[in-house]
Amino acid sequence: MMKGPKKWRLFALMTALLVFLSGCGREEISTLIPAGKVAQDQFNLLILSSIVMLFVIVVVTIIYVLAIVKFRRSKVGEDMIPEQVEGSARLEFIWTAIPIVLLLILAVPTVYSTFDLADVTAMDAQNEDGVAENLTVNVTGKLYWWEFEYPEQEIRTAQELVVPTGERVYFNLIAADVKHSFWIPSVGGKLDVNPENVNTFYLEFDKESSELEEGVYFGKCAELCGPSHALMDFKVKTLNREDFDAWVAAMQEEQAAPTETLAQEGQEIFEQSCISCHAVNSAGAPTGFGPNLTTFGDRTTIAGFMEHDEETLKNWIADPQQYKPGNLMPAPEEINNGEPFSDQELDALAAYLMSLKVEE
Amino acid sequence: MSSNSQKKGFGATIWDYLTTVDHKKIAILYLISGGFFFLVGGVEAMMIRIQLMKAGNDFLSAGTYNEVLTMHGTTMIFLAAMPILLAFMNAVSPLQIGARDVAFPFLNSLGFWLFFFGGIFLNLSWFLGGAPDAGWTNYASLALASEGHGIDFYSLGLTISGFGTLIAGINFLVTIINMRAPGMTYMRMPLFTWTTFVASALILLAFPPLTVGIFFMVFDRLFGANFFDVTMGGNTIIWEHFFWIFGHPEVYILILPAFGIFSEIFAIFSRKRLFGYTALVFATILIGFYGFMVWAHHMFTVGLGPTANAVFALATMIIAVPTGIKIFNWLLTIWGGNISFTVPMIYAVAFIPSFVAGGVTGVMQAIAPLDYQLHDSYFIVAHFHYVIVGGVVLAILAGTHLYWPKMFGTMLSEKLGKWTFWFFFIGFHLTFFIQHFLGLMGMPRRVYTFGADQGWDLFNAISSAGALLMAIGILILLVNVVMTVMKGERVGNDPWGDGRTLEWAIPSPPPFYNFAQTPLVRGLDPYWIEKMEGNKEGMVYAEPLGDIHMPNGSFIPFVISLGMFIAAFGAMYHTDGHAWALPVLIGGLAITFGSMLVRSLKDDLGFHVTKEELIADNERIQREARALEGGKKGGLK
Repeated sequence: MMKGPKKWRLFALMTALLVFLSGCGREEISTLIPAGKVAQDQFNLLILSSIVMLFVIVVVTIIYVLAIVKFRRSKVGEDMIPEQVEGSARLEFIWTAIPIVLLLILAVPTVYSTFDLADVTAMDAQNEDGVAENLTVNVTGKLYWWEFEYPEQEIRTAQELVVPTGERVYFNLIAADVKHSFWIPSVGGKLDVNPENVNTFYLEFDKESSELEEGVYFGKCAELCGPSHALMDFKVKTLNREDFDAWVAAMQEEQAAPTETLAQEGQEIFEQSCISCHAVNSAGAPTGFGPNLTTFGDRTTIAGFMEHDEETLKNWIADPQQYKPGNLMPAPEEINNGEPFSDQELDALAAYLMSLKVEE
Repeated sequence: MSSNSQKKGFGATIWDYLTTVDHKKIAILYLISGGFFFLVGGVEAMMIRIQLMKAGNDFLSAGTYNEVLTMHGTTMIFLAAMPILLAFMNAVSPLQIGARDVAFPFLNSLGFWLFFFGGIFLNLSWFLGGAPDAGWTNYASLALASEGHGIDFYSLGLTISGFGTLIAGINFLVTIINMRAPGMTYMRMPLFTWTTFVASALILLAFPPLTVGIFFMVFDRLFGANFFDVTMGGNTIIWEHFFWIFGHPEVYILILPAFGIFSEIFAIFSRKRLFGYTALVFATILIGFYGFMVWAHHMFTVGLGPTANAVFALATMIIAVPTGIKIFNWLLTIWGGNISFTVPMIYAVAFIPSFVAGGVTGVMQAIAPLDYQLHDSYFIVAHFHYVIVGGVVLAILAGTHLYWPKMFGTMLSEKLGKWTFWFFFIGFHLTFFIQHFLGLMGMPRRVYTFGADQGWDLFNAISSAGALLMAIGILILLVNVVMTVMKGERVGNDPWGDGRTLEWAIPSPPPFYNFAQTPLVRGLDPYWIEKMEGNKEGMVYAEPLGDIHMPNGSFIPFVISLGMFIAAFGAMYHTDGHAWALPVLIGGLAITFGSMLVRSLKDDLGFHVTKEELIADNERIQREARALEGGKKGGLK
């Protein structure tokens, strides 16, 4: 009469098979393929707790299946009145004590790791020359983009975080408007980006992102922050220390003016309409409004989530609201004397923006 | 004051329900309106799953999606799950302790109407400029930045319905403390009554922080205060604390009555008394107690520091112990029993693996450093749906089948019930199991869309397919309800045959005074004891047959609630500078306080059901019971 357990087993098997077949997600974003110490620690905790929990599930399942198979009415008889057992102090003790032991197994690494991952004492360490020993990045979450400032290096960029591999990188997080949350799943857990206080933590990046299929790790906003919360992505480029130093040096230089005529034309328009929000020089003071575009040509996405090509760029400039609802970038009419940009102007802007590069 | 079997016109029935103070009718009101909001929340859930069934879908716009997800959560928690559980609490727990009604019948009605008008107010936001869009958690920085009146609908609506819930909680506390029948000691109370009791205590202690938080929110948004405005020295983290000091106990307010329902079911359909009754009671109390000490585990990523995170991580883990005690005692209850797989029992049996799965992922998230990865990802979405759907909703569906005969005097179809179960149960696991892995694969929650390059397409498609199965299950349940109502086949006192507690000793539905004579309780499972001793009469009684004092119905609770409903509109639109808003606010409050004044000044002494009426009514009940027996026998030929 009861087809339940059979169906259930089949279903469980199918699910397990599916999970197995589709693997662990993408290397760029999956917590199951950790790419740094923090994510690795957290992954280890996941495995440890999964094993403990699997043990619990197995014990419960065995008692459960035996009970519902052995004591069904069709087996024990329609009129059988079972003995009205009150309970058992010994059993109560056992199933109180064993879970406590299991929890202790989990509690020790939990407490250790909680303090370990929050240890930012080395953040302010300086060598004899007064130079910081570790890299610190100030992250500001804004509707719906990310600003990355390197205070020691006096450079800033947006949307694509560039960090060195093989060392601890410290982060200061703060929100400029509403609360966000900073998350690079394959590198480490998230930390909230609050509007009222700076949150601090560290991450380590093991692998150069150029080895990845997409060339970058994917970063996310993990706290609902408005209509385009889902689109508040950023990318992470990890370079070896040498390449990173070269990148910093290139960022610190004055950027060269474009040589192509079309790009020069674009620069003119940009300096009329866009520059009050978007800086194109990483060393200068921040405008505070729009993302710094110094490295725009090097990036892999537009607005953090779209294809990095001129066509998409032109569409985006012509109507930002259509692609990222609720973002604060004005429509062309508001910055171009009440007119939309002409195709010619869009071509010029796109050519100019794509020419903004610090990497070769 | 006549018996409720008398035929009434449609208008008279409506008026009866608008003015009723009878806990059994209020239970029906809670069930119908909670069920309605459950369907609304379900439609919202389907919209979410349609939007996410493939990458880059454009079924819902970004802003609308946020409104839908907010209203789905808010509706399901405040307007569906809690009211439906309150329906069972109302229908059953006064009967289980042998009471004639709750302690404050008038307040019981007031509690319902406040909830009802609060819920309607909240849902009217869809038609009046947009629903709230800051998530059911309504985090302050986003809530203050939200344009339009969505958030005001949220805060005012929940204020009104929150009053109602608080009143209901207090009422059950007083009822259970004071109105137990002779012999019904605390340690003889059925477990559903125990969980009602503890959940009511949690309501009493947990709703005030929410009310305070929402008041601050109302003042910030409508009256220019700056509790949460960072630029003016406010602090948004305070909101998170207020919300979760309420929010975590709220989970237990939902799950404890669910545990209660399953405890009843395991005992009834295993024909066996609950194994370790004492342990189950103390585990219930412990869970309620610990529930107030773990709220910050919702805030591990806020940056409270390692000490706070470690302390709250350990406190959270401890909750697994009493929960585990419950699971094992249930398993030992069915062990050695005589299990009959009726629809309620199938739900109860399915609940155990589902809830254990939700429980173990809860412990995983208690590990603070691991939670940095899991928090606000689809893993947490999977976790709390395993707890809420795998625990609370399965209990609601089980309870609907179990108590339907007691509430309405008819039986839901077992056959259709099993269809509902299989669709819902398979759909549930299909929808949510896979979401654990979506979370581990980096998918954040509350995203209206995702790119095709993230590797989440397949699992999202599977999840959406599962949601469809759940919807089919619920539709079958609706068909079942309609068919059962149309057929209207009456059942006797103890339709499941193995009832153990007092509610099964009286007719289905019970007469409006419940017990003609207050029963004498001689132990745990009093009705079972009498049955086993061959007591043909059903129960032994603690008093001779005599006049019963009953309360009059009243329209005032409806009017009090209506006044607050009107006042809320005035308060909200006042900020837009409408000239009519202030008079509406004052007028609404005048209606509320005026009707309270009327209630205070006008004596309402109730009425008496005389001994003669009781005897006549009893004869009618006996006659109907005999007819039912005869009908059954006739049917068998």
